[in-house]
Amino acid sequence: MRTLGKIDPSLVEEISRKKGEPEWMRRLRLRALELFEKLPDPEWLGGLDELNIEEMVLFEEVDVRASSWDELPPEIRKFYEEMKLPEMEKRYLAGLSTSFDSEMVYTHVKKYLEEKGVILLPMEEAVKRYPDLVKRYFGRIFPPAEHKYAALHYALWSGGVFVYVPRGVKVEFPVEAFFLISEELLAQFEHTLIVLEEDAYLHFIEGCSSPQFRKFSFHDGAVEAYVHRNAHLKFTTVQNWGKNIINFNNKRAIAEEGSTVEWVEGSFGSWKSYVYPSVILREKARARISNFSIAHAGEWKESGAKLFHVGKESRSTVTAKSISTGDGVSVFRGLVRMNRGAERAFSSVSCDSLLMDPQSKAFTYPHNQIEEPSARISYEASTSFLSEEQMFYLRSRGLDEDAARALIATGFLSDVIAELPPEYGAVFRRVLEYNFRGSVG
Amino acid sequence: MFYKDVNTVNPVLEVKDLRARIDDKEVLRRVKLSLSPGEIKVLTGPNGSGKSTLARTIMGDERIEVVEGDILVDGESVKDLPPEERFRKGIFLSFQMPPEFEGIRIGEFLLRISGRSGPEAIREMKEIAKELGLDPSILMRELHRGLSGGERKRVELLQALFLKPKYVLLDEIDSGVDVESVELIAKKVKELVDGGSAVLFITHNPLSLKIFSDRPVLRMEGGRILENAG
Ligand SMILES: Nc1ncnc2c1ncn2[C@@H]1O[C@H](COP(=O)(O)OP(=O)(O)O)[C@@H](O)[C@H]1O
Ligand SMILES: [Mg+2]
Repeated sequence: MRTLGKIDPSLVEEISRKKGEPEWMRRLRLRALELFEKLPDPEWLGGLDELNIEEMVLFEEVDVRASSWDELPPEIRKFYEEMKLPEMEKRYLAGLSTSFDSEMVYTHVKKYLEEKGVILLPMEEAVKRYPDLVKRYFGRIFPPAEHKYAALHYALWSGGVFVYVPRGVKVEFPVEAFFLISEELLAQFEHTLIVLEEDAYLHFIEGCSSPQFRKFSFHDGAVEAYVHRNAHLKFTTVQNWGKNIINFNNKRAIAEEGSTVEWVEGSFGSWKSYVYPSVILREKARARISNFSIAHAGEWKESGAKLFHVGKESRSTVTAKSISTGDGVSVFRGLVRMNRGAERAFSSVSCDSLLMDPQSKAFTYPHNQIEEPSARISYEASTSFLSEEQMFYLRSRGLDEDAARALIATGFLSDVIAELPPEYGAVFRRVLEYNFRGSVG
Repeated sequence: MFYKDVNTVNPVLEVKDLRARIDDKEVLRRVKLSLSPGEIKVLTGPNGSGKSTLARTIMGDERIEVVEGDILVDGESVKDLPPEERFRKGIFLSFQMPPEFEGIRIGEFLLRISGRSGPEAIREMKEIAKELGLDPSILMRELHRGLSGGERKRVELLQALFLKPKYVLLDEIDSGVDVESVELIAKKVKELVDGGSAVLFITHNPLSLKIFSDRPVLRMEGGRILENAG
């Protein structure tokens, strides 16, 4: 592992050479690096003034995991102990082991996918095995020029997953990528690309609600999705990274005519987080973005959504929920753009914040750009407070302060939890409770 | 009877010379009260006389400052215990105006606070709901959120009937409900007491006062309980 004060072309060249990449990818990286150097820090970047991100960027080739149990931060060790998971699973989730005990289960998931013609591969491998297919989409959905750290991502990307679902294929169960292919998703600059051909369906679950320890403290991943006509993609992320992490996640989908894209995004962990899933909607496309975040004391969590309505009668819905505790700060940033020609397009944005303590903060910055007179945008925001009376009530029914706060949080997020597969929902609740334990100062 | 174990204390909730303040304003002035299982005591008095404050102080509302006196459960002081521990000692307060909770379903909440689970518990819950004139589907609704005043009262009583706590403080459980409901509530409260609970029935509903006229009635005024009222 080495620390880099400066990321230069020779480093990028080296990454590309080691990966044995085709020429176009090498050039894409170098162009992205130039952009990174040219672009200013995004002016929307709140809460990071005192940091020099560039200095925090580590580059490592493979091993981002802890190498021993002792190396894990005590709070993460404590979590695994309290969750009473089997030793194997514990080691796996904590990133100490690369193979999962119930690999057998996943072997036949892989077989099923293969039979359907679904491609599920580490990104690096896909670049080599399906260069034309990958090249058609890679970097074209989420452009490197979007902002400085998107450019950095493209210069340094490594890891991530490629998924391709052929025309008409409906994958009947959620694909939990973490258990299938976790190595690639544990990277610092992972790039995931999903392509759904016409009429295809996929529910992809990335991440895992157990806390994940990484050696790096800056994460800058990307997900691109291309959803062809009448196809349907649901993409769920529940992320619970260590409290040392600054997290960027660059997610964008293109939703072709009549297709549907759903981003469900949740963040428990990390220290500072900037996640705004986005969708470009063509005619009659549908998009739904549903996200939640929790900002505990000392944390800064930004979430939001960006919607670009291009086609007629396209519709989008955004539901954002944030919880702030202690002096935690939650920020919602939304952009809805109605292009000229997006006739009768409609977008509805709702944004709810829950403040648990007097010092807790929540800010919302919705932003609308309307060029099409027949398009409509509705926006609703609410802020609620945990009242002393609610606390007294719950405590008078036998819940201690932490349990009461966790229950309030669970209730506030109940509609997001309902979106998760049931077994995931159960884990989610436990993690939520764990999150609030000892949170009262 | 003769050989009664000397170590067994009589189960009783006792309030001893309790003085309490809210924001430097004296709201309870040397209040005395005792409540034993199998007993209903009615507490009445004008608005602002301190009835709710008394119940909340017994439950452990930290916003009320106890200046003097003590609260004992079965001989042990609970004065310095947080509300959750008083609940575990058997005290239950039905709120005059319960707050609303988003996304917390009544049924799930009941399981959670009772520590019970499984079909038997759910069946029992539904049964109690029906007896209270509630549609069992109410268990799927959010706790007090979007419920009518009368429904809230009954959902509070539902919890008491399901938990069967030893000391039940019912703060105006009969206000804002129709005549039939007042009678039904009184009947269920008697059942609760027959089952071994003690009830402090705070009310100024004339019908309830009539129904419970054979029970001890305490009257509160200006933060004091007047002797021999009723
Ligand atoms: N949160 C509070 N802040 C300030 N004063 C209060 C508060 N709660 C109650 N009081 C005061 O305490 C006194 C008793 O009120 P309360 O116990 O609610 O009466 P009751 O239940 O008999 O109608 C009243 O003078 C009331 O104004
Ligand atoms: Mg009152």
